[in-house]
Amino acid sequence: MSEREAMEFDVVIVGGGPAGLAAAIRMRQVAPEATVCLIEKGSEIGAHIVSGAVIEPRALDELLPDWRERNAPITTPVTQEEMYFLTEKKGYRIPALERVMPHIANHGNYIVSLGEVCRWLAAQAEEMGVEIYPGFAGAELLIERNRVVGVATGDMGIGRDGEKGPNYQPGMELRAKYTLFAEGCRGSLSKQLMEHYNLRKGVDPQTYGLGVKEVWEIPAENHRPGLVVHSFGWPLDDRTYGGAWLYHFGENLVSYGFVTGLDYENTWLSPFEEMQRTKLHPIFRPHFEGGRRLIYGARALSEGGLQSIPRLTFPGGALIGDTAGFLNTPKIKGTHTAMKSGTLAAEAVAEALTTERVEPASYTDRVRNSWVFEELHSARNVRPAFARWGSKLGALYSGFDAMVLRGKAPWTLHFKHADNETLRPAELCKPIDYPKPDGKVTFDRLSSVFLSNTNHEEDQPVHLKVRNMALWKTVNWDVFRAPESRYCPAGVYEAADVETEARLVINSQNCVHCKTCDIKDPTQNIDWVTPEGAGGPNYPAGM
Amino acid sequence: MKILVPVKRVVDYNIKVLVKSDGTGVETAGLKMSMNPFDEIAVEEAVRLREKGAATEVIAVSIGVQQAQDTLRTAMAMGADRSILVLSEESPEPLAVAKVLKALVEREKPDLVFLGKQAIDDDMNATGQMLAGLLGWGQGTFASKVELADGRTEVTREVDGGTETVSLALPAIVTADLRLNEPRYASLPNIMKAKKKPMETLQAADLGVDMARRLTTLSVAEPPARKAGEKVGSVAELVEKLRNEAKVI
Repeated sequence: MSEREAMEFDVVIVGGGPAGLAAAIRMRQVAPEATVCLIEKGSEIGAHIVSGAVIEPRALDELLPDWRERNAPITTPVTQEEMYFLTEKKGYRIPALERVMPHIANHGNYIVSLGEVCRWLAAQAEEMGVEIYPGFAGAELLIERNRVVGVATGDMGIGRDGEKGPNYQPGMELRAKYTLFAEGCRGSLSKQLMEHYNLRKGVDPQTYGLGVKEVWEIPAENHRPGLVVHSFGWPLDDRTYGGAWLYHFGENLVSYGFVTGLDYENTWLSPFEEMQRTKLHPIFRPHFEGGRRLIYGARALSEGGLQSIPRLTFPGGALIGDTAGFLNTPKIKGTHTAMKSGTLAAEAVAEALTTERVEPASYTDRVRNSWVFEELHSARNVRPAFARWGSKLGALYSGFDAMVLRGKAPWTLHFKHADNETLRPAELCKPIDYPKPDGKVTFDRLSSVFLSNTNHEEDQPVHLKVRNMALWKTVNWDVFRAPESRYCPAGVYEAADVETEARLVINSQNCVHCKTCDIKDPTQNIDWVTPEGAGGPNYPAGM
Repeated sequence: MKILVPVKRVVDYNIKVLVKSDGTGVETAGLKMSMNPFDEIAVEEAVRLREKGAATEVIAVSIGVQQAQDTLRTAMAMGADRSILVLSEESPEPLAVAKVLKALVEREKPDLVFLGKQAIDDDMNATGQMLAGLLGWGQGTFASKVELADGRTEVTREVDGGTETVSLALPAIVTADLRLNEPRYASLPNIMKAKKKPMETLQAADLGVDMARRLTTLSVAEPPARKAGEKVGSVAELVEKLRNEAKVI
């Protein structure tokens, strides 16, 4: 403890995504004298951001009404929208989309690279006096007398064996009156906070999706900036939630990706392969002709919505953005709600700074009285309907919920299972025959991870902690046949020596920080912890 | 004794660069930029020399766009005492860089200019040598070990087939090779402290240096894609293919 240096701030924010940056900006707006420090585990702001992204500018309009004059990289308005139900060979376009699926209607929204938006937000925040330190992960909670008093960054230069190497640098204590956790979906410190303060008591389990994304550059003559395409149905079976997106934006860029609900049951399913093979469908394939793939990445997202949001505050801090689960799943958007939650938390913290309250509890009321709550409340029954009744009936229900009930159903559907409980044993599941990559439109995992610019300092402890290796053999291998080797979008997990004595190999240097293993492992036997700062993907602008 | 360490802002070594679709160069917009790794090694060695008491001050210099100030902040977080940013267009040519450095050497009067042996973006490996020529100083390039004593520096150089040790009278030019040291991390407390260290900003034109480009890039292309391997059934088949298809034996 003693060898660590410490620094005091009024507010420390862990995570430089839209929620953390919005909170930082709002802090300086409402409490200009407050010192605000933001840390980010990626090597720079935006390095770990993966999103579609079509964003609704509502929260940004409120936070920085002059964002256009500030040259925000938000320049491709949505001009055309298509939603398809896919069968293996055909796609059926959903008519009158804005009435049947009003959540999805994107009029007034923009297609962006969320990484670029975050880099721009960071520049605004720094200009307003926020201290931003990328390359440093919040590795440890500082809790004193049951109050969070900040975080410590991770040590650097620890060898794989756990011993200090020649370049060892101890972490630093960033102490704060209030600490905001904006770690994104399934934050590693947020997970500890939920446990320590029992924040999930009385709420539904969180349910997640895994988004796997590629950015393509396509010939100018095929580029239709502002085009938004979504699909559901094939290649997933009716019991599995998910679908593809494809957006034309920027200079001849296409954002394509696929989200798979992590409550999937078939252990043979691979979200990565679902993403790859959907590109071959006649609805999507023409978009890739003559193009080249530039970037690859993946990230889990929270899909549970209102029922799954934990208690938001605790002594000394709050959870904001997707680590709390503010994503609006039927809308397929979370940036605006994440930013709004950060904004509201900053206002609550500013109030708590003056009244010296231990817990910034007014944040919860502010959320409840905001459009975030209204929006999530009206959307609350859609995702659980899919979990209960499958894709077709779920889609029918959500149309009924939207058109007839207008989100005001007198009931609330609940999630019964956490995602790690839904897998079925291998022998009860139908194996899936995925096509081999063609190297033109479809690719394998390793050549994909290469395009995420992922790097971890080689000589460091493995940051994917298996609690009990014996359990891997008796559960993951014997019952489920190593589902992690399929759900991990970066090829981190491999089952080796399967003919003789099966064992798990962990290639942690490939990890793109999506957090799926922490979520989906059947016995919650894997803990994702922060590796050495600056490790992980280096997603360039465009992602 | 002062040491001047020029540092260059380049595309981070973890990034796989892509050739622009019109073949005029590589795409650098929106990519993570960091300090050229060989320059990091030079900064580390200079800071170690100061920590040992062999030098008194380490001055980092960068020549390029405004964002190069981030690279200088990193150098100061690693231990450089102060820095100078010379504004010019992005990635000037080695000769222009050497001329700017000569002007700064005349102003700062360092005893040692410690450079990286080359930058990982253009792989020129020229600036150190050109600067030595312009100043008429001795040069120890590709250094894997550097000692300072009695107004001289002893530099162990990595050459083909082994090492060569040269002794140079100061002032001198040294360029760092990969095995010289393993640079330290810029720690968070030191990054915070570096924000307060002095950074001077100059215009290249104010130093009276002609920055005009003398080189023309004709075209830039990606390396040809590797063909997939092929399994052969027997040694005879392998020999046959090597002889008649690959024509290597």
